Order: sequence, then C-alpha cells, then structure tokens
Amino acid sequence: MTHFDSIGRDRRSRGSNPAPDSYYGHPIVKEPVWELGIPIYFFFGGLAGASAALALGARLTGNARLARNATFAGMVGVVASPPLLIRDLGKPARFAAMLRVIKVTSPMNVGTWLLNATGGGLSVAAGCELLGILPRLRDLATTGSGLFGLPFATYTAALVADTAIPAWHEARRELPFVFIGGAASAAGGAAAIITPPSDAGAARRFAIAGALVELAAGFVMEHRLGLLGEPYSQGRAGRLTRLSRVTAGAGAAVMALAGRRRIGATAAGSLLLAGALLERLAVFEAGRQSARDPRYVVDAQRRRVAAGTSRGASTFAGLPDERETLPAAS
Amino acid sequence: MGSNMAENHPVAYQWVMEARERGAQVIHVDPRFTRTSATATKWVQIRAGTDIAFLGGIVNYILENGREFREYVVEYTNAPAIITDEYRDTEDLGGFFSGWDEASRSYGNETWRYDGADPSPMHGHREMGAPTDQATGFGGHSAGAPCCDPPHMDPTLEDPRCVFQILKRHFSRYTPERVAEICGCSPDDLRFVARALCDNSGRERTASFVYSVGWTQHTVGVQYIRTAAIIQLLLGNIGRPGGGIMALRGHASIQGSTDIPTLFDILPGYLPMPAAQARHDLRTYIESQTAPGGIWGTVDAYIVSLLKAYWGDRATAENDFCFDYLPRISGDHSAYQATLGMMDGSVKGYFLLGENPAVGSAHSRLHRLALAHLDWLVVRDLVEIESATFWRDAPEIETGELRTGDIPTEVFFMPAASHVEKAGSFTNTQRLLQWRDQAVEPKGDARSELWFMYHLGRIIREKLANSTDPRDRGLLELAWEYPLTGATEEPDGEAVLREINGRQADGTLLSASAQLKADGSTTCGCWIYCGCYADGVNRTARRKPHWEQGLEGREWGWAWPQNRRILYNRASADPQGKPWSERKKLMWWDEASQRWVGDDEIDFAPDHGPDYRPPDGARALAAIDGRRPFIAHPDGRAWIFAPRGVVDGPLPTHFEPEESPFANLLYPQRANPPRQRFFRPANPYNPSGDSPGADAYPFVMTTYRLTEHHTAGGMSRFVPHLSELQPEMFCEVSPELAALRALEHGGWATIVTSRSAIEARVLVTERIRPLDVQGKTVHQVGLPYHWGRNGIVTGDSANDVVPLALDPNVHIEEVKAASCDIRPGRRPRGPALRRLVESYPRITRDGDVTQAPQEHAPGTRSEGR
Amino acid sequence: MMRRPLPVVERPDAWPASYGDEARPRLGFFTDTTLCIGCKACEVACKEWNDVPADGYVWTGNSYDNTGGLSANTWRHVAFIEQDRPLHVAPSKARLREAEMRDGAAGPDAAPLRDRPSGGAPRGDGYPPPDAPRGDGGEGMRWLMSSDVCKHCTDAACLDVCPTGALFRTEFGTVVVQQDVCNGCGYCVVACPFGVIGRREIAGSKGVGMAQKCTLCYDRTKDGLEPACAKACPTESIQFGKLDELRERASRRLEQVVARGFDGARLYGANPDDGVGGFGAFFLLLDEPEVYGLPPDPVATTRDLPSIYGWMALAAGTLGALVGLSFLGGRR
Repeated sequence: MTHFDSIGRDRRSRGSNPAPDSYYGHPIVKEPVWELGIPIYFFFGGLAGASAALALGARLTGNARLARNATFAGMVGVVASPPLLIRDLGKPARFAAMLRVIKVTSPMNVGTWLLNATGGGLSVAAGCELLGILPRLRDLATTGSGLFGLPFATYTAALVADTAIPAWHEARRELPFVFIGGAASAAGGAAAIITPPSDAGAARRFAIAGALVELAAGFVMEHRLGLLGEPYSQGRAGRLTRLSRVTAGAGAAVMALAGRRRIGATAAGSLLLAGALLERLAVFEAGRQSARDPRYVVDAQRRRVAAGTSRGASTFAGLPDERETLPAAS
Repeated sequence: MGSNMAENHPVAYQWVMEARERGAQVIHVDPRFTRTSATATKWVQIRAGTDIAFLGGIVNYILENGREFREYVVEYTNAPAIITDEYRDTEDLGGFFSGWDEASRSYGNETWRYDGADPSPMHGHREMGAPTDQATGFGGHSAGAPCCDPPHMDPTLEDPRCVFQILKRHFSRYTPERVAEICGCSPDDLRFVARALCDNSGRERTASFVYSVGWTQHTVGVQYIRTAAIIQLLLGNIGRPGGGIMALRGHASIQGSTDIPTLFDILPGYLPMPAAQARHDLRTYIESQTAPGGIWGTVDAYIVSLLKAYWGDRATAENDFCFDYLPRISGDHSAYQATLGMMDGSVKGYFLLGENPAVGSAHSRLHRLALAHLDWLVVRDLVEIESATFWRDAPEIETGELRTGDIPTEVFFMPAASHVEKAGSFTNTQRLLQWRDQAVEPKGDARSELWFMYHLGRIIREKLANSTDPRDRGLLELAWEYPLTGATEEPDGEAVLREINGRQADGTLLSASAQLKADGSTTCGCWIYCGCYADGVNRTARRKPHWEQGLEGREWGWAWPQNRRILYNRASADPQGKPWSERKKLMWWDEASQRWVGDDEIDFAPDHGPDYRPPDGARALAAIDGRRPFIAHPDGRAWIFAPRGVVDGPLPTHFEPEESPFANLLYPQRANPPRQRFFRPANPYNPSGDSPGADAYPFVMTTYRLTEHHTAGGMSRFVPHLSELQPEMFCEVSPELAALRALEHGGWATIVTSRSAIEARVLVTERIRPLDVQGKTVHQVGLPYHWGRNGIVTGDSANDVVPLALDPNVHIEEVKAASCDIRPGRRPRGPALRRLVESYPRITRDGDVTQAPQEHAPGTRSEGR
Repeated sequence: MMRRPLPVVERPDAWPASYGDEARPRLGFFTDTTLCIGCKACEVACKEWNDVPADGYVWTGNSYDNTGGLSANTWRHVAFIEQDRPLHVAPSKARLREAEMRDGAAGPDAAPLRDRPSGGAPRGDGYPPPDAPRGDGGEGMRWLMSSDVCKHCTDAACLDVCPTGALFRTEFGTVVVQQDVCNGCGYCVVACPFGVIGRREIAGSKGVGMAQKCTLCYDRTKDGLEPACAKACPTESIQFGKLDELRERASRRLEQVVARGFDGARLYGANPDDGVGGFGAFFLLLDEPEVYGLPPDPVATTRDLPSIYGWMALAAGTLGALVGLSFLGGRR
C-alpha cells in the first residue's frame, strides 16, 4: 500500500523530514483486512453460543418453552455465521480449508471447530424441536451445544486478542468479558422477545446480568489501558462505544422495569441486541484505529521496555569488559 | 564531484563503498545532498556550475603550500616548459587568453605554444566549432607538435614564463575565501578537501577523482576535467594504482559509442574524419594527423587498416585504399546543429536509435518543433517514445503552436530488441569491453541494431546494384558480408568483433595494434580494439571471478588498449624505473629481463628502459624518452598547460554558466568566451548576471537523474516495477525557498525560464540548502528530467526549460546549471502557457541584449510554426 | 520474564526437529543499513523474481519512498529518512551514545550519561581511531536508508495463528505461505507485529484474497541460490547466509561501525531472547526502530496465548455462571 495521507497535513515546511518517532506517521502493524461482516459475525456467534447455554439452562430447569426459543434464537446466530465468514473468505470451499487441521495456536481454527460443534448441536436440537421427535437426541444435542456454546461465545475475544493490534492485544483480559456480556445480553434479549414473559424470567435476568458485565468490563478495560484506551473512546469507535453503552444500559433498564410485559420485553430485547452488536462494531473499529496510528504500537512497547519487562529487540555494541567499566548506572 | 555515483552508477558504487569500509575517505562535492552524499564521509555543498572555482582553489592550495609531487611534476608533466612571451593569461586580459578573435568568437592558439616551437597555424585539434579552423582542416592528435621535450625548460620551475609559474599566477586569485564566495561553501570546506587530497597523495598514497555529466554538461565542461587533471598531475595521481580520474559514462556503452563512434567528426579509434575544406588525399591526411612521437606516430597503419576493413580487397595501394570513398565533413554536424538544420530546412530526414530528444535533449521543446519540419523520421526504440509520437501529442499541440494536420513528417517506428535479446559487447567507463550473451529471442518484429544496420545496408546496396553514379561506388564496394544466423537472419556479432580486432594478410587474427601495417597487409576495424580477439579467443567474454585472479582483474573482459587496466602506468614507477613506493607499486623496470614488469600490461614500449633516449629521426613510440610516460603526447609529458587541443584556453578558468544570477567574481568576462549559442526566436536565453531582466530568474537550477529511472525514461517509465518507484515529476527545493515562494510540500510548482514553463510536485527537503554567494542568498532548484507524455507515469520534461548552449570543444549542452524562476501552483494550460513564458524577459540576439517581455498580442507564434 | 514459548501446546513449527534429517541450517538476512545506498534494486529484483505486481503509482513526497512499506505487493521495501544530524560523530561520542541508549532502557527519564556522577572518564578514547581522517561531521545531515523485509521470526505469530496451516516453516527455518492452502482469512495480517503480510486479491476473482509475503525466495534457496534481493544488492547491505554466521558477523560489524563513529548504531532482531525469539532477518540500524517504521519491542502475539486462553476460559465460565444464576430460584 502506498500512503498519501500524510502530505500537506502533518507536514510542516520540514518537507520530507519525517517526525522523529515514526516513519512519516505510517502504521507499524497492518489494519485488519476484514470487513464489516466479521464484527457482525462476532455478534451472531455470541448470540448463538450464549443462546445455546441459555437453552441448556432452561432444559435443565424444565423450562421447555424457553429452551426451545433459546435454541431457535441460537439457530439464527448459527445460520447467519457461515455466510458472513464465507463472504470474507471469498468462496465456500475456503471455509472448509480450516477443517483440514486442528490447531490450538490458532483461535480462529479452534473457533471454527467450536462453531461446528455448537452449530451442529443447535441444529439437531432445533430440528428435533420442530419435528417434535427424538427428545433424547434433542437433550443430548442441547447439552453439547450448551457446553460448547460457552467457549464459542467467548473465543472471538481471544481471536482478536491474539493479534498484534494494540487495542485488542493489550485488552486481552477484559475483552472476553465484554464479549460474553454482550453475548448474554443479546441471547437473553432475543429469548425475552420471543418468549412469553411468564416463561422468560431467566432470560431477562440473563440479559440484564450480561449487559451489566458488558458495561463494567468495558469501563474497566478502557481505564486500565490508559493511552491504548483512547481508540475505544475517540473517533468513530468512541461514538460506537458510547452509543452501544447507552443502548445496552437503556435495554437493561427497560428490561428490569418493563420486561414482564411483552411490549417492554420486546423493546428491551431489541435495545440489548443492538447494544451488543454496536459493542462488537466499536471493538472492531477501535482495533482499526489503534493499528492506524503507530503511536499506540510504540507506546505499549516502549512502556514494556521502560518497565524493565523487556529490553526490546535492539542490542548494542560493547565488549563484555567494557560493559562493566563504562560508567553506566546499571 | 560532478557525479552522483551512488544513484546513477549504483553497481560500480559498490567499490566505493568497499573502499570506504577499508578506510578510504569519500568526499562528495555537489549542489545537492544526494544518496552519494549520504554514504560519503564528507559532503561539501557548492553552487551548481562553480566547480572550476572550487578545483582552482585546490590548485591554489597545492601551489601555495608546496604540496605538489615535485619529482613527478618536473619529470612527467610540462610544468617546466617555457611558454612563448607572446602568451597572455586571463590574469592580464580580464578573463581572456591571448589569441581571441572577436569576429569569429574563437581563439587562435599560436601564442599558447612552447617557446621556440614552430608557430604553424595548422596545429588545431578538431576545432569544429571554430569556423576559422575548418579551412585549415581538423588537425590531428598533437600533429605538428615537437618531438621529445619542449625546446626550453626550467627544471627548477622558477622561470616566470614556465608553465608552473604561469599556473601559479593563473590560480593565485582562487583563494579559499574567494572560492567560498563563488561556490557558497565555507573556506574551511575547501581547505578540508584540499588537505585531504594532498594528505592522500604522494609516494605512499593516491587519490582519485570521479566525475560524470555533472562536469561535462557545461559551456566550460572540458575545462572542468582539465582542472581535475591538473590537480592529479600536480599530486602525481595519474598512471598509478588508486589514482586517476574516473569518467563515469551516462549509460551502457557510451564509451563504446565514441570508440567506435556515433559521432560525426571521428572515425573508429579517434581518427579524425577527413574534412572537405582540407581536400586531403590519403597521403596528406596521414601527414596532417601523424605526430612525431608517441602512439599517434603510426596513424598511417591505423587508417589504412581501417580502410581495408571497410572495403576489403577493393582497397589497394593504387586507389589510396578507397580513402576517397570516405565521406567528408563540411562543418559542425553535431546533434544540435542537425536540429537547427531541421528548423532551417537543410536536414530532411533523421534516424533516432535509442535517443529520445523530445524529452532527453537540452531544450527539448526546440527539438519537438524541429522534428515537425522533417520529411521523414525513423525511430528505433523499445517502446513508443515521445520522439515517435510528437506529431500527435507534443505539448506544442496543446498550446496551439503545432497542428497534427500541418506536420509533414512521416514517422517510421521500428521496435528494437533489448540488451537481453541480443548478443554483443558493452564498453564501459574504464575502457572495458564486456561481452553479453543473448538470453531470449526478441519478441515480434523487434530486432537488434546490428540486424537493422546490416539489412538496411544490404537493401540499399541491392537497390543501387545497377547504379553507375560514382557517389554510390563507396557503398557498393563495401565489404558487407557477415554470417547470418537464425530465422531472423541476425548477423553474427562475434564476426563483427573479429573484423574490429583485425587480421593479418593470411587471415589470422591480430593480437596487438603494433602489428598493424600501412601497406594494406592488415585489416583492423578499430586500432585501439586490436587484440580483443587475439588468438581466436573472444577476450571480451572472459569472466574469471576477481577472487581467482590478481587485483587488476585482467582476465575479466578486455580493456583497450592491449588489456591495459591503468593508462600511462609507466608513471607508477619513478624516472629510474623503480616503484614510487612498495605500497603503490604497479609496474617497474626489470633489469634482468630488460622489460617492464608488474601486475598490469605496460602502457609503454615494453623494452624501452628508463635509460632509453630516442635516436634522431625516431618515430612513434621509439621517439619517446624512457622517462616520459605520457605516450599519447609527442613529448611524453602530461600537459598541465595545453598548447593546443583545447579551443577555449590552455588553462581552465572559472566562468559563470551561460545562465546565472551572478556576475563572474574573478574576471570582467562573465561566461566562457567561445561557448556556442544559437540566437533565434525559438531558442531564447535568460538574461544573466548584471543584465537587465536577470532578476526575473533569481534561482539556480540543475537537472539530474534518479536511480529509479533511465535517462529520458524509455527504459523505465514504461516498466511498472520502475515507474512505481518514482511516479511523478517533482522538484527539490529547500524549506527556505518553499517559504519564500509559498511552495507547499506535496503541492505543485511551476518552473519558468525564457523557453518554457513546466510543472512539478514539490519536494521540500533540507538536502537542498540556500547558499551565501557573493553576499546574497541564492536558492537552488533540483529537477530530475525523466518524464514525458508517454508511458505508465507521465509528467513535464525538465529539458523543456533548459538552455541550448554548448561547450565549444565537444558540443555538449549546459544542462547542469542555469537560472530559473519558480512559482506555486500548476502551469497554465493551452495557449496561456506561452503567454506566461512570454511575460518573462529573454535574449534572442547576440550581445546579451535583453528583450522586454512581449505584449500578449493574439496570434503571436514562435518560430516553430 | 512472563513471555516464554508455550509450554503446554505442541508448537506446529517445532523446527528443526520436525524435519529430522531433512532439516537444513537456518537461513536468514542481515541487512546492514550503513551500507545501503537506497538504490531499491532489492525491491525490483524481488518483484521480478517472485512475480509480484506493482503497487500503484502514487508519489508520496516522503523523501524518495514511493512504495510506503511492506505489503502483499511489496516484499522488500527501502525506507528513506532525512535527519538533521550528522552520520558520524567522534567514535568516543558514539560509544557514549551507545551506552546511553543501552542504559536508556532503564527508563525514559534517565539522565544523559555524561551528566551523571561517574567513576571515571569514559572508555571511548581507548578505542582505535577511525581508519582515516574523516569529515568533521558537522554537516548536520544524514539520510538513512534501510531495506525492510519479512523477519522470518523464530516465534512466528503469523504461522501460529494461521487456521489452515498454509503458513509453514521450511527446512531452512524460514516462514512461507503455501498458496494452494491459504484461504485468505487475513488472520496472519493482523497477527504480524511488523505489519509485513498483506492480502492480495487473486486476479480475476473479486473478493478472493491470498496472504502474501517474502518467502526468502524458497524456490531459490532450495536450489542453493541466494534470494533475489541479496543477489541484486550492489553494496552487500543485504547479506544472506546461515543465521548463526550472520549473527556473529553482525556483532563484529556493530563493533566496527561504533568504532568508526556511526551515530546510533544498534542491531535490531539479533537477540534470540527478544519477543519473537530473534529474527531470521535482522538489521543494523542507526536510530530507534520506530524511526524506520519498525516496532521497538515486537512480541509474537501467541506468546500470550496461555493468558489469552486463560482469560477466555474464565469468561466462558462466567458466562456459564450467569446462566446458572439466571435460573437460580426456579422463578420463571
């Protein structure tokens, strides 16, 4: 890629003399090549995984209606996911290429297997529900998908954390909580919309708890990251973050106050779904913003060096004896 | 100096980097901080066009501080020679030498002769530019010069009329302070460079100069190199390992194109072309070209062998070996004269082989206007270059000065094979011939130059087969038989090389030019190349790696003459034949074998020892004293003072470029007096110095190349991988100039001269810095010249704005230093472009008469219509 | 140090063990920027040999750099940096600066060395003087040029995260994309701490991309040839060879350039203990890495994978707990 953006803007009359701490302001790491479909997939994946877990909970507590509806909500996520992924890869066969290996060091590979397991379980369970057959297979499938759904709803956070994008990598502690929070609020919200309020208590609680976790984890993350929190609070990502928080917060409030009425549950669920989607878009955009500005890459790494946890990749001259005799403070 | 070697000769520059790594000091003196400056150990910035002042300062430093290599200077140069008392220096005549003829604007060199030498006026050397010399012929190489030492000498170098003292006086005013005022450097910069040169010269050390077209492309370019030669002679750095002056050629085989010339005035091996006015027959030609001593003492053998190569068995002693079939030249037919001839209608047809004057030649706009006057034009190139398409897309069509329908020129475009699609040899800068094999067959109709020339000749001969016109005899009787290979009937390049190498009467290949005979028993296509195919081995194709042979690398390719890697290497030993030092030994006299021995091939009579004294009546090499290494001169001495051979003076003198914002600080005479200019409305000049209107062009501009592109762009602007590296025309300016003229980095600027205006992207960089010159601040503008209207990446051509003013010796254009104006924004489109240009003052008549800016009368057209 | 190779997960690139007898000595580049003349022959030779397309014709005004950086379509890239400081300083000063830089690692606020109380004169004068008298260094200007390339990391994040196994480690210890396996997911693009890899759209297939980067000319090294860029480099700024030999040569070279007064000299990526386990292609730089557009402390993201998976597991458990809590009390 050639970069023309810096001309005339950042440059003073110094001309081709670059700023001292970067190479003409060029990014050091590459921005994700992923398009919008990927954060949307993150949302649907979370919805599917958390819904599968919710369905298992409902099944275990004998709430058949909620179990059934959560399964269907999860199916929406499962059905939406592959097209989004394939859209990014270009053609369907390329999705299958990920199934030629099991590779633990690749969260994307792990996630693909989790998607298959969760999706497969949900599909069987949903099929049985629809046709009203094979209840034991349905329960087995629900159990499987519910268990796999937990990591499936979470792995996308690991996927983005396992990159060189500073706003993602350095947020590796909180991001999974942001993501499960969003997943729970989306799954709970979706189930609350389509389930009669009398059967949706657990879904409402799930949704509210999820939204609270999402908001809390988001605040903690932004605060802890310091300079690297900037991408989450500035620019387009900042607007998305604020919008998602308002939406999720409002959704949780409405769910708590008016969730026992169908219309209230519908409004709250919609807000929560939107909030979760916006949160994924915000995280995605924040990653892009942090990749674009080399300051974030350098800052995080310089801090490591300054903190003494690393000496960096540079090594300097000096014979061993000289190291001792030079009047260095070390 | 005068070279941006890292950028334009990156492959050769590896050796400079290696030298730097081995501890050599690399000093770059240049108007810009380039990639060469960045990798040198020292950079000195000077104003473009002031190198003689800087070099003159070094000469002055050497002489003032007694740093010359005295024994070398006394024994090997003409420093002790006494010059006639008729000689007057620029010191005496305000910037002129004696012998100036104002009417012809040329020098006669009678008063530059050695005291006691024959003052015959016949001694001129290829003075094509000077009309007075044409009547007397284009004198040969040192012909008529006295054999052996100059008649009167003072080995103590004290005589006020000896060359050494003349030199001292001549350069006495080039003090560090004065030089700094001219060049814009600091006096300490000059002292640093001078001291570094002196410290690295002498018995134990040598220093070398590297120059390129940054020195040659000036109206006083030959004298730039002369100044460096004087420094190197004073310091004893010629003919010794690590010394010398490296003339880096502009691109592959440019050296070859003067050895086997594409020039109008010489035959292969630097034999002068016979002139019509001289009415020479073979005998008088030989007489006029033969020097009493040195390598030019056997011109008869060279020319007769050449004629035998041309006309084979038909060349006999009875018919003067067909000497009369050789064309005669009637004047200056150099490229720029030919261009003006097109404008005037005297040149009707034109071949362009690997040349793109519409972009690459000085004042390229004039060339486009001239091409539009031709009846026919043949362009042979890899791609459709601007010179082939000017009739439909020249910028002058946009301005309304040319209309496609009005252009009578019939253009034939012939696709050419590239260097990987044909076999042949390159001759590079160090006279090294290197054979290159064919890698792939050319595509489509593309063919080699050899194919084109051979078959063109064949077809013309076939068409003329029944002609009885005497003027066709030379063509019809040429020995034009070469083996053809392949489906395309490509002539065998090695057969041509064997013809160049030459043969004995029995057909065996010659091994040295000493074997050439004047009786017609030998043939040789170029006497300096004789031996390149010795013993039937293509020596130019040798590729023994350097780690398998000695330092001189004598088994890699073949260097003319006689595979000598260092010319005049007799000078690597002292007059007694011993190396000057163990550290710098190369050739020495071996008493036991009575021969010169060492790592190189001796550039001297191999069995003439230091005690050799030429007997009376000796000729050629036999006439050279055993202590005089410079065998190209009849006296065997290197010429610090040039009594002949240089038309603009026996000593170099600083002159301002044709176009410069400054007067000459050293002399009343501003620019080189005999420089060539061409006054006509289509070829205006900027007013300079103190002339009225000069302040319209306050900046110094210089043009140059970038690593990423090749000259006029034919080989690079059409290649994606090169085009992307430098995709647009830009100009380099300092932050200060940017502020002064409101130029925005990354924006556009328009560069204006009296000829045209071009636009370029603005690259503001501290690599270009304002200079303090003669008490005022001057800004320089850097212009790469690679772009044109065709290709993947396009842009305006810097050559559109440069002047057409030439060095009088070699007719090289001055494109490295001129004056200009620069303004922010893009240039006007259409006819408005000409209105902008014509709003600036100009000179179109001799005598530095400035014409006021023209009113914009509608319909005002330049001469091009 | 918290970062070390994953102890629990079998690394898919356990070179050279995975190759057994077929393993070859590890190959790499040592790019010595003090020798670079900015000719870009490496860029062009790379593209010619590997059939990499041109990357657009955009003039940037960033000195002489018009290709910007490494990408899918630029596998060698020459950076140009114009600076207001001399290339050379007195060797003793270079020693001092070098010590400062090394020392500077203790903290950005550390006082300059010469201002600190010290137990004696600096040792700089004990070093041999430069081989010849040099420029006074007062030009105050230098133009750094550096040819960047894929680092072929010992711990290669791109290879680790590749979900298909398209990225693999060759018998020479280099990292190469198998074009027939790559599915264009783009994960390696964001995993690389240097921003080396890009995704190029396959000609004629809209939206179908493929990861692209330097292969260290795998096809040439397999035939015993040096990579195209090193072959084309006229000044041996790009040196190719066995990595351990290059590292030895580089440390000798660093001593030499510091002794000659090259200001700011340091090796970048020659240390096997750095965040990527040492580079297979490392550099001698004359300024901070970020000045060249390089990260100062690159870390293979997958070194943090245990922690990433740990936090993920905790979060997944939390999600499970949320489900459980939601059903607590059995109220519907």
